[in-house]
Amino acid sequence: MLITCPYCGPRDVIEFTYQGDGNRERPQPASQNLDAWNAYVYDRLNPAGDHNEIWQHSGGCRAHLRVVRNTLTHEIRSTTFARGGHKAEGRS
Amino acid sequence: MAEHQLPERLSPLEPDYHLGSHGNFEHGVDVILSETRPGSILQLAAWPGEEKRLIEVIRKVTGLALPDGAGGGVSSSARAVFGFAPGKFTVVDEAEGLAAAFAGVITPAIGTLTDLSHGRTAMRIAGPKAEWVMAKFFAIDFALPAFPLGAGRSTNHHDIFAQIQRSGADQFDIYVFRSFARSFWKALCHASEEVGYEVQ
Repeated sequence: MLITCPYCGPRDVIEFTYQGDGNRERPQPASQNLDAWNAYVYDRLNPAGDHNEIWQHSGGCRAHLRVVRNTLTHEIRSTTFARGGHKAEGRS
Repeated sequence: MAEHQLPERLSPLEPDYHLGSHGNFEHGVDVILSETRPGSILQLAAWPGEEKRLIEVIRKVTGLALPDGAGGGVSSSARAVFGFAPGKFTVVDEAEGLAAAFAGVITPAIGTLTDLSHGRTAMRIAGPKAEWVMAKFFAIDFALPAFPLGAGRSTNHHDIFAQIQRSGADQFDIYVFRSFARSFWKALCHASEEVGYEVQ
């Protein structure tokens, strides 16, 4: 499986670390809404198809990435920087 | 006040650094391996949005103008600079003291400076089979159009993180953690045996 890092270009999946489901929304730290915390910690969409994920290019530029991966085919549909601040010109 | 004295730097490769030709060199030496021992290896990082100002600082201090684009870089005989991550750059100088030259110029508003001169070891592989040997280590494209002159790449070999700069058409400079450098050097020598290598 190849993931195209927006900075480094296409790299083998071995250079990347999975950082979890990208659909989760963390409640405010002071929140006492137990349902919201429960959903954040446990609820997952588990789709058979496109899935929003967070990955880190830990064996390369170390940037955190938003990746859309198809869970049936492992096709990587898109990769962008998780943080919008850096706008590097990517290689394809 | 007495001038600050830097400790003498010893090569971590020393016990396994054997000058001369090795491996299958009967039909010629196809790669030359060496340790370049630069005096200064720095890592500069810009805060988001401050990249252009940092690139300008690098140009003023080193005289090297970074090209646009991810992983862009440039090298001269004495100095080198390349991008290795968004907003982050490795700057290398043959001479010691480059950190001091940057210290007053990279203001806290622009970014940070980390002196890795004693933390990284720099090796050079050069010759007609350099791309071939490098391709055995790293799963990236080493062909000249994909990896242009001066450009930098961040990748790793068996969890040993490596920064690579193309410093010539058939020449690469590899920066690895000093503590892993001897192990990596031995692997580099083994991988070069089949093409015949010379340590200079």
